[in-house]
Amino acid sequence: MSIFSFVAIAILTLAAALAAATLPKLIHAALSFAVAFVGIAAFFFLLGAEFVGLVQVFVYVGAVAVLIVFTILLTRRDADPPGKFNWGGVVVAMAVFAGLVWAILRTPTLAMAAAPIEALTVKRIGEILMTDYVWPLQCVGVLLTAALIGALILVMEEKRE
Amino acid sequence: MSGDSFDQAFVSAKQRLLSFLAGAPDWVAQIASSLINIFAVLGVFLTLFALISVLERKILGRMQNRYGPNRVGPFGLFQPVADGIKMLIKEDIVPVRADKIVHFLAPILIAATAILALGVIPYGRNMTPFAIDGGILFFFAVGSTTELAVFMAGWGSNNKFSMLGAMRAIAQMISYELPLIVVTLPVVMVVGSLSPDAIVAAQGGYTFGFVPHWFVTTPWGAAAFILFFVSGLVESNRTPFDVPEGESEIVAGHMTEYSGFKYATFFMAEYFGMFAISGLAVTLFLGGWQAPVAALQFVPSYVWFFAKLSILLFVFIWVRGTLPRTRVDQVMNFAWKFMLPMAFTCVIAAAVWHYQGRAFGGWLWSLLVIAAVYIALSRLLDTRKKFATRTYRFAE
Repeated sequence: MSIFSFVAIAILTLAAALAAATLPKLIHAALSFAVAFVGIAAFFFLLGAEFVGLVQVFVYVGAVAVLIVFTILLTRRDADPPGKFNWGGVVVAMAVFAGLVWAILRTPTLAMAAAPIEALTVKRIGEILMTDYVWPLQCVGVLLTAALIGALILVMEEKRE
Repeated sequence: MSGDSFDQAFVSAKQRLLSFLAGAPDWVAQIASSLINIFAVLGVFLTLFALISVLERKILGRMQNRYGPNRVGPFGLFQPVADGIKMLIKEDIVPVRADKIVHFLAPILIAATAILALGVIPYGRNMTPFAIDGGILFFFAVGSTTELAVFMAGWGSNNKFSMLGAMRAIAQMISYELPLIVVTLPVVMVVGSLSPDAIVAAQGGYTFGFVPHWFVTTPWGAAAFILFFVSGLVESNRTPFDVPEGESEIVAGHMTEYSGFKYATFFMAEYFGMFAISGLAVTLFLGGWQAPVAALQFVPSYVWFFAKLSILLFVFIWVRGTLPRTRVDQVMNFAWKFMLPMAFTCVIAAAVWHYQGRAFGGWLWSLLVIAAVYIALSRLLDTRKKFATRTYRFAE
């Protein structure tokens, strides 16, 4: 059953990613990108990493995709360049892909059988975040609060003279 | 009380259905079990949708001193059937310049997300259709994709009013998602779990046999519940926050270019979203399926859940019949200047309550925290000076 799910999700994700790279209309590309994000979240669910999957949907579909869509919306619509193939992009993409494949193939631990790990529940992640990783968590919290206040100051009405 | 046959009637009915598949492989049974849950949720909520669409018009009619629908069937109860047939046989109009695929997919996506969100709510003892560990997170993750669907509707229609409506909807949904999520934090903190079932279980028990341990009975819980309800009004685009579809300003917002059954799908998704947010409010603050007093625990759990849900839905309709629509800038100001600070205060008040031993002393302290911040905020924002004599730029 899980192999069927894997193949189905893989085809969906790859097709969406391909569509995101090739569709002529920018909005269509952005929406396909969101579908690809959902596909990756489905992979996490399939692997039993429930929390990561949910965060993937939450952050990437709920926030990043909306952000991309807004950026496209706020730029000029007729600015879409006519479909010209970008060979430089292909070279960069292939280089990144080759680098990743090289790194994965050189990783020795992949060959070993993974030790059975206990299922990582949301509660366990919370406990680890609040004990071992409390300082990184606090730093991220401060950063996000600063971003929130910064956004509020940016949109604040300017005082009239 | 746990072995109550009435309480577990639906659970045992499902077991009986599954027992027909006893010899089948494991995955068949799994899929059958999921399908039964899906059909149960869809059946119950489609019926509730039909019922509420006629009840809303009846109640609004009462509030406006008229009868409301009363022609079709007894008391107009068959009105939804007539409406459904009408919607189905209407012409489906797609604008020539519309983005056909996006225009077509938007209503499907918006309905799908609304239905998915209904899946994680515990409707009764052992009656969560999709019980996962991070149920609350799932609810908000799914809810956040609604924005994308609204955007697709607005953009795909290729209409100025649609786009304006979608922009308004997304702006207010993003703004109110923040207080909505922050306000659920104290509950998650106090319970120590993201699972809706654990949250309901934590609200069991009674003081003196008649004060339930629901979170709404604590000061932080009451404040959080009100904030959650207001954010819920916004998230489901209900009056007084229905600026995205303000019919006197922008036709019907992102639904302007939809007709026939697609429009009905939007309508349905809006109501499903309302059910989901009310269901979550019941789960988080009103004790889910727990009975209000210890003596009434013999009543099946799902009866309590749907009774509480109906009361919340009535308040939704009541608010719609009472309040006028707010302005766009008022909605946004309210979110960032009042809702968000109050939401954070609820988190702090819940922490105070917890560290004072969850007793009466902590109750008073958390009340003090909330009251102090509320008074300080109302002084700081000082809404009175906003009501100066209005000056007009283009008219005398």
